[in-house]
Amino acid sequence: MTGAAIEAAGDAMVTAELDKRYGANQVLTGARLTVRRGTVHALVGENGAGKSTLVKIVAGVVHGDGGTLAIAGKRVEVATWDRRAARAAGVGIVQQHGASAGTLSVVENAVLGVEPLRGPLIELGPAAEALRALGQRIGLPGEPWAAAERLPVGVAQRAEIIAALHHGAKPLILDEPTAVLTPIEVDGLLETLRKLAAGGTTIVLVTHKLDEVRAVADEVTVLRAGKTVTTFAANREAAPGDRLDVAAIARAMVGTDLPPPPPAAAPAADARIVLELAGVLVGGELQATDLRVRAGEIVGVAGVDGNGQRELALAIAGLVRVSGGAIRIADRPATQATPAARFALGLAHIPEDRQHGGLWLDATVADNLALGRSDITGRFRIDRARVQAHAGAQITELDIRPGDPAARVRSLSGGNQQKVVIGRELSRRGLSCVLAAQPTRGVDLGAVVRIHDRLRGAAAAGAGVLVISADLDELLALCHRIVVMLRGRIVGEREGAALREAGARSALGALMTGVEAA
Amino acid sequence: MTARPAPGGAAPGPDPLWVRLPQAFRIPFSGMRREIATAVIGLLASIAIGSVLMLIAGKAPGQVWWAMLSGTVSDPSLLGQALYKATGLALTGLAVALALDAGLFNIGAEGQLTAGVVVCALVGTALPAATPAAIAVPVCLIAAAAAGALIGSVIGVMKAARGAHEVITSFMLNAIVSGLALFLGNRVMFRNGTTTGAPIAPGAELPHLGIGGSSANASILVAVLAVAVVWWLRARSTWGRTWRAVGQSPDAARTTGTSIGKVQVLVMIGSGALAGLAAANFVMGNKHAFEEGLGRGTGFTGVAVALLGRMHPVGVVIAALLLGFLSSGGVAVSDVVPKELVEMLPGVVVLAVAAAVPLVRRMEAA
Repeated sequence: MTGAAIEAAGDAMVTAELDKRYGANQVLTGARLTVRRGTVHALVGENGAGKSTLVKIVAGVVHGDGGTLAIAGKRVEVATWDRRAARAAGVGIVQQHGASAGTLSVVENAVLGVEPLRGPLIELGPAAEALRALGQRIGLPGEPWAAAERLPVGVAQRAEIIAALHHGAKPLILDEPTAVLTPIEVDGLLETLRKLAAGGTTIVLVTHKLDEVRAVADEVTVLRAGKTVTTFAANREAAPGDRLDVAAIARAMVGTDLPPPPPAAAPAADARIVLELAGVLVGGELQATDLRVRAGEIVGVAGVDGNGQRELALAIAGLVRVSGGAIRIADRPATQATPAARFALGLAHIPEDRQHGGLWLDATVADNLALGRSDITGRFRIDRARVQAHAGAQITELDIRPGDPAARVRSLSGGNQQKVVIGRELSRRGLSCVLAAQPTRGVDLGAVVRIHDRLRGAAAAGAGVLVISADLDELLALCHRIVVMLRGRIVGEREGAALREAGARSALGALMTGVEAA
Repeated sequence: MTARPAPGGAAPGPDPLWVRLPQAFRIPFSGMRREIATAVIGLLASIAIGSVLMLIAGKAPGQVWWAMLSGTVSDPSLLGQALYKATGLALTGLAVALALDAGLFNIGAEGQLTAGVVVCALVGTALPAATPAAIAVPVCLIAAAAAGALIGSVIGVMKAARGAHEVITSFMLNAIVSGLALFLGNRVMFRNGTTTGAPIAPGAELPHLGIGGSSANASILVAVLAVAVVWWLRARSTWGRTWRAVGQSPDAARTTGTSIGKVQVLVMIGSGALAGLAAANFVMGNKHAFEEGLGRGTGFTGVAVALLGRMHPVGVVIAALLLGFLSSGGVAVSDVVPKELVEMLPGVVVLAVAAAVPLVRRMEAA
């Protein structure tokens, strides 16, 4: 079935074509989604493609800016469509990290906001019985009076699914439901989805994991950069697990295989190692990871968010306790070193979240550029002239706007805020190793170019650079070598000429989504 | 943009009048102005609430406020008494403000002050009567500050090491210190049958300023010096920059290499020391002995001073003077309105300023 044929189908549960902008960031541009009644529809795409935003608008959790939306064949007004209206229309959503009020019971959560009343009192008995009966009928028995916070994540999620079904679930939307689940729980959830689908429930499954798509989806819509790329339909005649061309879906997710521009010349193979991780372990999130970065080398860490990249960065920066392994920075042991001691060894750290970690939002540009930099502020008495001079130099070099050292960082755009972080970190003296986590996330194109220039500059000046990014294009444009992380492990690596080949992109994309083994 | 996320499904409506009104007058807010606006709104609201309380008590608010003002200004002893109160409040207010500046809500200035009073009196009494002022005064000041700092450090260490919430620990320590003070008083310090201890060495006494025979004394210099030091550290030193970063943006402070726990412990030591120093005003400057209940309430009212002073040392001084005058004003009108009514006002100030903070932020965001 082609995309056009699907649109023409009159039995659509959801028909959407939506626009959404967050500040300067256009998240959705006429993104289309058509979900037919009684199907499991997977919505896939890379991080930041706009999947979550699209379903949140459909479910009334966030407001759309424009476009059209119809639920069960009825047009609704996008601008005023809110959660209350969506709930009344039966649109159920189970959000990524759950949305239960922990101390309330399952049944209390289920009726939150639409409490059944008897006189002035809330009457929970019938609702609890209805939930219990519903759970038994669809094979998901659960205790309606259990406190939500005491339930394991998977069970709590099942309770949310039952609550959504109780309110109609036309359709039932699941936003990355497996992100918080263990593999066994994932299997259980997929089994549940199959059962519900067999019973005629319409399901929208947001995910970036293609093995899940392969297991349950009837149709697949691929989003890229806020636009719908295409829609695939399963071949019902084929064997289960073979009904969808996941390789084609992976290609649609990551885009075309344009050869990336060649990065700067790779460093000599005997350049000294400036960052070395040997068997570094962080809880269950980062599993015995080995990684080496040489002076002058730019190494990329690719992967879908939540596969251990965050823990890798925190371990290198000294912001999380490692449960095993050793870290060396500039050839000195740093496993137990404080963050300050690591900076002294020549580390620069661009944290993944500039608003929670990178910047002191209520302070000025000048203060942020000197934050933690006693080489600029002086040890005790603040050398204000020096702080101002430093700020002026960085503002000029990175074109930070507005060019006012006294401007509050909070008032700057995302791109300019990020430039402040870059300016502070890459102007450190005696730089040996740069750790850049999502250095251009949510940043406008002009800033991206400057930030990349500074990272290349740091490598050219002899620092080893480790770039963690969910944006494969960014890594291909910057890196001499790319490693791919999946489920807390480095599952593959591509280097040098292999990155320039046509097909490098889909090979990395396949590694990222776990479609094929390394 | 008309579409705003509306949690709970409420349709986005026009902003209420109290948000639109200031917009119409285009009040520009930024940093310092925001704080001044918060303090002024909080103060005006406090006056309004105080007026309602007076109406309930059956008095004409205008007359009472005027009587408070004119009565205090025309009576040198009341003026001096206001200054005496303000001296203690400036130090406890500064203590609370310093901690709050670093993101810690130290409501234990009361206990830290009590510890300062007890230890200052104990040390002052133990000094030989012939000890010269040049030795006795600094020794007693250090003793008072150290006692407060010790209590503060307990709060800081519990926060940094175990994550114990400072509001709980500081509040509970107030009760413990107050019990200890009474115990020590009964066992060691009170002279038979009284609730007053032996006098401190004469060299440790700070002279009265002689304003209408009031209790105002030379410890005001200690307060002024403390304000100046905290102001300089806060505005000009890396220490101040660091503690404010920890208060406003702990993630950024940690990421850029600051040990949050270390800063919290040091700040609580400093905060406790400032509160302890307020003992100078009561023991060395006024009573020259330990006395049950000496300085009581100054620590709690210090919370109102810090909030009204918007954590800024200069703001703290202004707020301390205001609340000091309010206290004298209460005495001036004590034959018209019940004293308890005036004593309620610092509490009203805390509530009004707390309510003004989000209001001003909304006006600013609008």
